[in-house]
Amino acid sequence: MTSSTKIFILKVLIHLSALIPLLNLYFLAFSDELGADPVERVIHFTGIGALNLLLITLTVSPLAKLLKQGYLLQVRRLLGLYAYSYAVFHLVNFLAFEVQFDGVLFVNEVIKRPYITIGMVAFVLLTALAITSVHKLKRKMGKSWQTLHNYNYLIVILVCVHFYWSVKSELISPLFYLILSLSLLLLRYKKIKKLFTSIFPK
Amino acid sequence: MLIKTPHKSQLNDFDVTNESIYQERRSLLKQMGFLGAGALMSSAMTKNANASFFGDDKIIFKTRPLEFSKDNENQGLIKTPEQKVISHNNFYEFGAKKNQPAELAQNFQVKPWQLRISGECDKPITLDYDDLTKLFPLEERIYRLRCVEAWSMVIPWIGFPLASLLKRVVPNSKAKYVAFETLYDPKQMPGQANRRLGGGIKYPYVEGLRFDEAMNPLTLMSVGLYGKTLPPQNGAPIRLVVPWKYGFKSIKSIVGIKLLERQPRTTWQKLAPREYGFYANVNPKHDHPRWSQASERRITSGGLFSRNRIDTLAFNGYGEQVADLYRGMDLSKYY
Repeated sequence: MTSSTKIFILKVLIHLSALIPLLNLYFLAFSDELGADPVERVIHFTGIGALNLLLITLTVSPLAKLLKQGYLLQVRRLLGLYAYSYAVFHLVNFLAFEVQFDGVLFVNEVIKRPYITIGMVAFVLLTALAITSVHKLKRKMGKSWQTLHNYNYLIVILVCVHFYWSVKSELISPLFYLILSLSLLLLRYKKIKKLFTSIFPK
Repeated sequence: MLIKTPHKSQLNDFDVTNESIYQERRSLLKQMGFLGAGALMSSAMTKNANASFFGDDKIIFKTRPLEFSKDNENQGLIKTPEQKVISHNNFYEFGAKKNQPAELAQNFQVKPWQLRISGECDKPITLDYDDLTKLFPLEERIYRLRCVEAWSMVIPWIGFPLASLLKRVVPNSKAKYVAFETLYDPKQMPGQANRRLGGGIKYPYVEGLRFDEAMNPLTLMSVGLYGKTLPPQNGAPIRLVVPWKYGFKSIKSIVGIKLLERQPRTTWQKLAPREYGFYANVNPKHDHPRWSQASERRITSGGLFSRNRIDTLAFNGYGEQVADLYRGMDLSKYY
């Protein structure tokens, strides 16, 4: 099998496994078959989904290195865009179904509640990455593209903090995600160290 | 509250759909297949389909009808469908996710049960399972329930005033507070055995009220809902209902009630004192540090698109009956 066939198959699988759960979720939610409070369910599902996809995206390059399968890198963009799409649904769920388009309440919550503020910052950064994922822009941006996309490391940590801060008492799952994210960053220890020294020169 | 004995001919909620017809409809839906049923379903049938989605095959805990006087004053309130009331629960002893108690509590044993009322009183007593529904006349109370997480329901509880129970043990002059305790039984309550499942709170769950709050006529010891005994996920066989306070005050599956001279330290207060106070009165002006308490989502029927956000009322709308209890107190300090 050529690597372009492999990529094609992989991409089809990614599309299916990202879209089917989402369609199923909203079908059940709209027909009131998603438990007593579909609002909470759709918010949590899309939030965790976005974080999962973000972590999978970050797993691709260490995995490609480990397996010596360079072609794998070609699915990163698709995975990243799905992570962003889930984040969009997460935010839209909150706006449309939780605060139900009460603009004042929405703005107040974003400003007043640190965990929502952090989530919002992560979302804005992720938007920048999604927009600049267009090939033409990538070529135009040159070196600064990579600098911008290194913010992904910050984003995943912000998202973990957002999750940790949002729960009432059960801290084990958010801590598990935080540890997972930090380990993925640890694999990039050298690169991140270099980034740090370039931002904060001694 | 007006107490009326229902006429023999008067229909109760649970009389409307005959059990056999109910089961027949259920199996019909199953034959149609869940997805097919979902697409064809009319809104009137949603309730039954919901039941099959929540896996009613697994629901084996048997509730039984109770005799009670109807709450005629509040029949006008739009009630949360029974299926939602018994499938969306915060009862961390059976899992911290809302759907977990309905799944994990079905084997819960409520017989035999012992509820001990003791402490600063002259005649401490221990009630057994039958006493809970037989010692006092039962009445229906249709109450709003406001969760601290900013969602709410309207539930027809069956029970008796806590005041009737407390009068029976003859409290002495030192009785200033009342503490309540949930059963501690990790073998039956998986959340107590597993920290992750149990949401990381300390067990047994403890709640408390000031003595005058406990004696308020609104404060109910509930043994049932929707005309039948409580299912375990809602706190069988007996729970507290304090409708002007956030839901976590309404402690479930109670085994101990103690009259105390000093204010007890309660479970959520111990875990996060800045977020959950001892009083926990519903107060739209005092936000939870992490979310607004000014409004709430009322869970009734309807899916994602039901516009159900409503303003939260001071004392959950029961100010007329309870605001006097807090005269002169700074409610932003005693939250």
